[in-house]
Amino acid sequence: MISPERSPPRSSSQSPRSPPAAPFLSISVTDPVKLGNGVQAYISYRVITRTNLPEFQGPEKIVIRRYSDFVWLHDRLAEKHKGIFIPPLPEKSAVEKFRFSTEFIEMRRQALDMFINRIASHPELKQSEDLRTFLQEDEETMDRARSQETGIFKKPADLIQIFKDVQTKVSDVVLGKEKPVEETDPEYEKLKHYIFGLEDHLAETQKQAFRLVKRHRELGQSLSDFGKAVKLLGACEGDSLGKVFSELGAKSELLSIKLQKEAHNLLMNFEEPLKDYVRAVQSIKVTFADRANAFRQHCELAETTKLKEINLDKLNLMRSDKVREAEMEYRELKAESEQATRRFETIVRLMNQEIVRFQEQKTADMGLAFHQFAKGQAKLANDIADSWRSILPKIEACSASSQHG
Amino acid sequence: MEALPVAGDRRGILSAVPAALNGGDPLLHPPPAPDSLVLPSSPGALDPDAIFSLFDPSENGGDDGHGGGDAPLSPRGIDAPSRSTRSSASEYSRITVSDPQKEQETTSSLVPGSGFYVTYLISTRFVSGSGGGLAEIRVRRRFKDVVALADRLSETYRGYFVPQRPDKSVVEGQVMHRHEFVEQRRSAIEKYLNRLAAHPAIGKSDELRVFLRMPVKSPSPSTEVASRMSDGVEALSKQVSGETRGRNVAVATQGLVQPAKGRRDFMRMFRELTQSVTNDWGGVKPLVMEEDKEFLEKKGKLQDLEQQLTTASKQAEALVKAKQDIGDTMGELGLTFVKLAKFEMENATYHSQRPRAAEIKHFATAALRTSRFYRESNAQTVKHLDTLHEYLGLMLAVHSAFSDRSTALLTVQTLTSDLSSLRAREEKLEASSMRFGGDKSKIHRIEELKETIRNTEDAKICAIKDYECIKENNKNELERLDRERHEDFLVMLKGFVSNQVIYAEKIANVWANVAEETKGYRSQSKSS
Repeated sequence: MISPERSPPRSSSQSPRSPPAAPFLSISVTDPVKLGNGVQAYISYRVITRTNLPEFQGPEKIVIRRYSDFVWLHDRLAEKHKGIFIPPLPEKSAVEKFRFSTEFIEMRRQALDMFINRIASHPELKQSEDLRTFLQEDEETMDRARSQETGIFKKPADLIQIFKDVQTKVSDVVLGKEKPVEETDPEYEKLKHYIFGLEDHLAETQKQAFRLVKRHRELGQSLSDFGKAVKLLGACEGDSLGKVFSELGAKSELLSIKLQKEAHNLLMNFEEPLKDYVRAVQSIKVTFADRANAFRQHCELAETTKLKEINLDKLNLMRSDKVREAEMEYRELKAESEQATRRFETIVRLMNQEIVRFQEQKTADMGLAFHQFAKGQAKLANDIADSWRSILPKIEACSASSQHG
Repeated sequence: MEALPVAGDRRGILSAVPAALNGGDPLLHPPPAPDSLVLPSSPGALDPDAIFSLFDPSENGGDDGHGGGDAPLSPRGIDAPSRSTRSSASEYSRITVSDPQKEQETTSSLVPGSGFYVTYLISTRFVSGSGGGLAEIRVRRRFKDVVALADRLSETYRGYFVPQRPDKSVVEGQVMHRHEFVEQRRSAIEKYLNRLAAHPAIGKSDELRVFLRMPVKSPSPSTEVASRMSDGVEALSKQVSGETRGRNVAVATQGLVQPAKGRRDFMRMFRELTQSVTNDWGGVKPLVMEEDKEFLEKKGKLQDLEQQLTTASKQAEALVKAKQDIGDTMGELGLTFVKLAKFEMENATYHSQRPRAAEIKHFATAALRTSRFYRESNAQTVKHLDTLHEYLGLMLAVHSAFSDRSTALLTVQTLTSDLSSLRAREEKLEASSMRFGGDKSKIHRIEELKETIRNTEDAKICAIKDYECIKENNKNELERLDRERHEDFLVMLKGFVSNQVIYAEKIANVWANVAEETKGYRSQSKSS
């Protein structure tokens, strides 16, 4: 499965024998193409991986992937790396009509590109085998992997876990222990409060950002209509006044186009990052749930183990022949309990690292979004000022001539 | 007019007018434009910075007292300076309508729920030197009086572009209570009266003067009688003093022509009525042949103009609304970010949160400032583009002036055809009496016919004079319309464009600063 080396050799090393250059892994999601017909139609993307890492099959690899392949990767990572904030995916499209609109496709492409690159730059996630599968395997292998996951062919261990969860829930209800066991760490409480509040605030800003995009479009439209009407009025007036009106109309139409452009810029470079921020926060909430589950399991298993231990001691005292069985059970249970505790502690440790990373990343992301916004708005405003300013001398000339005339 | 000191001028803007000017005709020596704040009267020499520096509130956040950029003057105070230069050519510098009061109807009405009406306080400020020494006169009028004034003016000033009065809505007693309705009406009356004052002929009219100055001594019916009487008196005195130039002579003449024309008149009037109903703005029936090609051409152009004005006026409104919306949304965006910044600050546990909160706050502040700029800019845009609405409204006046003309022409043509049929009858009668000998009744009939013919000839002469007068009025008004419209549109364009430039520059500045502050984030690539 060696990909042909189509690209020219890069100056940063290819061969493992040359002195180690800075390791990089850079991925592009590009070139969306509509495939298939009717209801089954979908968009496929080109995923280009460029790297000098030895784990990969070569300096460059190109594969074709679709949205559900990304979902597969996301779900695998979420399962195997609990505690890590998995980078968020763009939403499934809610409305059939927009599934293939240029704008939607571009927004999705951008979001997928960001998704895969964030994974590639995460210290732990980038080493994932699933990532390598995603980036390198051929399309058939990918298809198989994906359908295995989403189909009824779940691993037996998963099924058992599901049953266990259900059991616990039922017994909880029966025993009247309806309230799930929860951590009481105050710092963690504070974090949870922060994340939930943050989601609300961000959702609000994203809503307003989207509305602002709409307003730009509406203003553009009405400037265009105004321009046309003014031009007609100018044609009616005739002479130098008419020319000024025409000029005004022409400029209005020009500005209308600029406004539409800025609307697009706002959508891609301001509203999308905000939406992305919201998604990231939602991903954190998933990790909260994972942590809560892990905590519950750890608690329950610890308790069950203790009970088993007490029982074992009792049996020992009674010199019952059930001792050996009980001892084996006890040891199994103890191992499980320790595993559950480790899992929980891993999640806690990872989360602490992740949250720091998250905050830093978001400061950078927001800063960039603000910058893009400001740049776009400043340029738009300057264009507007320039356009209108250019008409002033014509108005002056017209009034001057009418005074003398 | 005697030279008078400027009494009670609270504005402080009217400079003391030299005595020499006071002695002259306002037309020849227009006083300085009181409505323009810092500007010379010529439309071409506007300095945008001068105008708008007045409306540039302090940049220190918060809600500014200037709100939508309103100057201390009422909304119409920022009229195009050229328009206010014209209005000051009349003796009235500003008419204000205020203080609506409910008053009881003295005569009971059949309509249940009524029994009261609203009066408005009309305050007229005078240009220095006129007004008989007073700076301001106040009277109370009700809407019925306004309607009466409008009716009188449309009778008197035929052929002129007489500003249209506010609508009479058919209102129940209940609706009249409503504050909104009264406020709308108050504003409409104010605009109407100021437009009347701004008209070069009507602004000087007696009708307007009586309306603005005569105190009401008794409720409606007698007021109307009194005003009509005074009208008649004034009309007569005008004739004596020879001030009929530019006015419709027919008014005075009608008073003098013998009333008893009887049945024939009625028939003629009925015919004319049916005829004029079939004539409309565009349709020219063969019976009323307007032969003035130049006029027809102008009329066609005005039709076109009206159409374009309608569209432009509508789009201007839509534009203003779109600008308002974007300003509002920008403001709301700013507010949500303010809240976010506050939230981040309150929950800051990690290093990166505090700078981020500060960043967010800067952004939010910029958005709020931009929102304010949008609002201010829009408040002025509304006033500028109002010119379009004004001229659209004027089209109605043009319609009615033109229909005055066709009515007058119709009268002439009807009289002409009457005359020819009367003469034909005369000939027939004379011929038959010569052949069959005259008997007493036939001779009597011929005598009557001869008298009718003489009367009809007189009427025709009057009608022709009427028509010529109206034609002249039309022509002058058309010239005035073209000239003033040209000026006003230029002022509008200049104001609108300058405003856009200034505020766009302000907004560009705000965001350029933010872009500069945040440029550090730009260098971070996506894979960091």
